[in-house]
This record gives sequence, structure tokens and C-alpha cells, in this order.
Amino acid sequence: MSELTLTVMRLGFLAVLWLFVIVAVQVIRSDLFGTRVTQRGSRRTASADARPQQTGRQQQAAAPPQQRQRRGAPTKLVVSEGTLTGTTVALQGQTVTLGRAHDSTIVLDDDYASSRHARIYPDRDGQWIVEDLGSTNGTYLDRTRLTTPTPIPLGAPIRIGKTVIELRK
Amino acid sequence: MSVVTNTTTIGAIEAPSRRNTELLLLIFAVVIAVFAYGNVGLALNGELPSGMLGYGLGLTLLAGVGHLAVRKFAAYADPLLLPLATLLNGIGLALIWRLDQSKRFQALETFAPAATKQLIFSAVGVALLVGVLMLLKDHRILQRYTYISMVVALILLVLPMFFPAVNGARIWINIPGVGTLQPGEFAKIIIAVFFSGYLMVKRDALALASRRFMGMYLPRGRDLGPILVIWALSILILVFETDLGTSLLFFGLFVVMLYVATERTSWIVFGLLMSAAGAVGVATFEPHVQQRVDAWLDPFAGYGKLAASEQIAKSLMAFGSGGMFGTGLGQGDSDLIGFAANSDFILATVGEELGLTGLMAMLLLYGLVIERGVRTALAARDPFGKLLAIGLSGAFAIQVFVVAGGVMGLIPLTGMTMPFIAAGGSSVIANWALIGILLRISDTARRPAPVPAPSPDAEMTQVVRP
Repeated sequence: MSELTLTVMRLGFLAVLWLFVIVAVQVIRSDLFGTRVTQRGSRRTASADARPQQTGRQQQAAAPPQQRQRRGAPTKLVVSEGTLTGTTVALQGQTVTLGRAHDSTIVLDDDYASSRHARIYPDRDGQWIVEDLGSTNGTYLDRTRLTTPTPIPLGAPIRIGKTVIELRK
Repeated sequence: MSVVTNTTTIGAIEAPSRRNTELLLLIFAVVIAVFAYGNVGLALNGELPSGMLGYGLGLTLLAGVGHLAVRKFAAYADPLLLPLATLLNGIGLALIWRLDQSKRFQALETFAPAATKQLIFSAVGVALLVGVLMLLKDHRILQRYTYISMVVALILLVLPMFFPAVNGARIWINIPGVGTLQPGEFAKIIIAVFFSGYLMVKRDALALASRRFMGMYLPRGRDLGPILVIWALSILILVFETDLGTSLLFFGLFVVMLYVATERTSWIVFGLLMSAAGAVGVATFEPHVQQRVDAWLDPFAGYGKLAASEQIAKSLMAFGSGGMFGTGLGQGDSDLIGFAANSDFILATVGEELGLTGLMAMLLLYGLVIERGVRTALAARDPFGKLLAIGLSGAFAIQVFVVAGGVMGLIPLTGMTMPFIAAGGSSVIANWALIGILLRISDTARRPAPVPAPSPDAEMTQVVRP
């Protein structure tokens, strides 16, 4: 066996050994599980937290097909007025319920809101729809009071009592 | 999945099972081990070894069986533990086979080919791993056997005292017809079960009832009881079995778990002081331990006179001659170390033939196993599982430290084996079982919570219009 071959094998083995270590560390890096806490507050942290949801393979694999987003589809729901101003909820293909009831996704602390006030959900094409759930004081999209489930344009204000919600990218 | 409170959004990250990642890593690990085996053959004889196919198939079979068992019985278990253990075991087999081929090694009276035996022991170990995964459906079952495991562990630790000393240490028991067994290897798992069960119940008493003194929480006198008992026991082991390794492992494990359970730094301080006092005390009157300490302090002084210091000196020379990138597999002279070259001193072969670069990679592999164990402990939801995972990975870590430190001359040499790579049946079998329990705990910890059944109240609210 020539000296050169042995040297190549010797260094090759070390390289492969280190490659294994590096691959193992990469697996650890992508191995996220448990709970994720999104701090409410400045918009910067909110957008920083929204990014992994798009890039993280795990979420995409786990989420229902609606989440395969088209370009320009909203990724989060932002409360822009009212007591909850600044709260964001990531849109992951699940229904968002709004109301005073404690099990709502967004619990509204608003005298003009009903317990089960409205819900926002994606239809089959991934278009987000807002539906009034028979509330006392009504849900407004821009200025019009909702009577039927209505698609939400990006950035259009949804008013519930003193609270205003928008969908954003 | 999202809940909004006033300040934060908490969402669950869906954990995939990651079994396919594990499979790819396992294939990679087996390929590396077969590469090592072939490399040894090419370097020694200039041709691929004839046993390469059998060796490769054997290792593939072990990895495959382990993988299928994990897929079936612990689908959400950690993806790294099994490949890491397989790689360490595979490299170990290649190194043991390499030492078997050495002429100098064959000339020893004690020589017996160890590679085939080691492969069989590995198979038994993997079978035990499958058994653990199959029979232990929930690690909390072990909690019921807290005090039984204490008794069993004590018996296992005490048993070797009644058998004759081998190479100056009584850590083996001899079962006629079966061979020798190192019960300390199994005791470390069982003792971890006892410590976790015990500390889970007693941690509050040990953590809260304390006075503050000089920035440290001093425990009450009577709470010192358990640590004193364990300390006395490990001193007794040191005196009667003259084995620093088991003694250090036993006491160190207790201190680690005590610290994790109570979050009190004072336990670590106490533990270090007590073990230092104990070791120094015993070393002054026990000749075997004294010899080991002398060999550690100046290995080259006893060169040619004392077997113990000569071994350490040769091991240090092996590390030195390896240099940065090593001499290449099969091309070193670490077989000069003599009879323990393939067990206690196998790390010297790694150091000489793979150099510092390879040695660091090996130590990182051990570090990753320990990291996954600690990660499992962090993720575990029940206190018993947390403590058990910490205990098992702590025992693994202490063992690696004690052996590596001893071989490299950092601490006095002890009679323990490097997990997975050293020749020795008890060690391989016990460590596979240890990995099995860690896999079980990590499966429980990472398994996503079941989706709650829709509650009957989830209907729409009836709205009363004014």
C-alpha cells in the first residue's frame, strides 16, 4: 500500500469523522420542540418571530395545506387599536376566534364585544374570511357592518367595539 | 393552538418524529466504522480485511435492529443517541480488531482475540436496548422500585469484595461457566434509579431547610445524613475494592444529582471537599491506591520498575507520537502499552493513530451523547424522568472524564473502561441499556401532547338580542 494512499485515507478518515460531528450538531440545531413564546411589543420582535414560521420546515410540514401560502398572503393578525394594541397572532391556517369568552384566541376586554363575537378563518383557497357570529354590536370591515362571511383584504381594518384588527404580511 | 394573553403568545411547535434523520445518521455511522475497519486492514496487510463483509453486516444488523425497535416502540425518541452510540461502538470494534492483529499484543500471555467477542457483546447490548424499549413502556415505572434498586445496587457494589483481586482491584465477579462480570457498570444505572426516586421525594427538605452563610446555603446538620452515608460507602469501596473509579463514579453521581435536584451550589463544594479528603486519606495507607497516585504524579520515575507507572508513561508517549493528525489507523505503536491497551487504554490508540484531531472528534461524540441526555432531562415533564436522565448522562460523563483523565495523566488512573469503545462485555452491555433508558425518557418528553377532544361547550354562544 503506497504511502500516499495511506495518507489520503488517514486525513480522509479524520475529515469524515468531523463531518459526522458537524452533521450531528446541525441536526441538533434544527431540532426544535417544546413551546414557543412570542413577546408582544415592538413590531420588530413580532416580525422576527413570524419569520421562522415561514422558514421552519417543521411547521410547514405539520400545518394543514392552507398554509402553503401564496405570495402576498397575510402571515399575521395585528391588533392596531384598543386595549390589546400591539398583540399579534401568527396565522397558521387555524381559525382565530374573537370575543370576551376566555377560550377565544383573542380575548377582547371590550364592553361592546360579545362572548363569541367573530371568527377569522381561511377558506379552501387560503383566502382569509371574517364572519360575524351574531354579535350584539356587530363587526365592521372598513365602514360596512358584516352580514355574511366576507374575504379580508390585506390591511383592511376590522372593527369590534373599540378594537381594530388588521391582517398583515 | 395559539392562546393570547395580554403579553405573550404561546404556541406549540409541532415535533416531528425525526426517525428518517436517525436512519441517515445511522447509515453514515456504519459507513465510517466500516471505513475505519478497512483502513486498518489496508495499513497492516495492504489489502481489505477478509472479515470486512461480516463486520459490516454485523454492525448494519445491530444498527438496523436498534433503529426498527426505536421506530416501533419509541417513535419520538431523540434522533442522535442511537447513531452516536453506534458510531462509538463501531470505531471501538475496529480499534479492538486492530490491536488483535498486532504481533506484540499477540505475544502477551493474556492475549485472546477480543474483536469477535466484542461484536457478540454489542449484539447482547443492542438486544438489551430493544428489551428496555419493549418492556419499559414508561420510565416512571422504575420509580416504584426506588428502594429495591438501592438494595440491588448495594449488592452489586459489594459483591466484588468477595472475589479475588484482578490486577490489584476487586471490581470483577467470576461466574463459573459464564465468565467475569463487572457489576459496577450495571450498578451505575440502578443507582441512578435509586437516587432519582429518593431525591424526588426529599429534594424540598434538602433544598429549603438551610441557613445562609458567606453567600452559600448551608444545609442543616441532619440533612447531611444522606451525603455522609454515600460518602462513607464510596470510601469503603475505595478501601476494600481499591478501585478509585467506581468510588468516584458513585459519589460524583450523587453530588451531581443532589445539585440538580436542590439547585444548591453548597452541595458541590461539600462534595468536592469530601471526595478530596477521602481520596487523600485513603491514598496515605492503601498501597494500591498510593501506587496509582505516585504513577500519576511522576509516570516516568517508575518507568521500567512499576507496571502501573510504565503503562501511563507509555500511554502519554502514544498521545505524543500521535501529534496533530496521528499516524493513521493501524500504523501506531500503542500496542506497546501491553495488556490493557484494548480496554482501559484504548483512548491512547485513538490519540496515537487519529491524533489530536481524531481524539477531539471522539470526545465531542461523547459530549454529544451527554448533551442529548441533558437535553432530554430539560425536556422531560416529570421530576423523576428529569433526575433519571440527568443521572444517567451524568454517570456517562463522569465515566468518560475519569477514564480519559486517567489515561491522559490529568487524574490518577482508575480501573474503568471507556464507554462503547473499550473491550469489555459488561461495559458495552450496560451502556447500551443506559442509551435505551435515555431513548425511552426522550420519547416520553418529545411526544406531542394528545389533541384534546372538542369540549361540549365549544358550540356557539346563544346571543340574546335586546
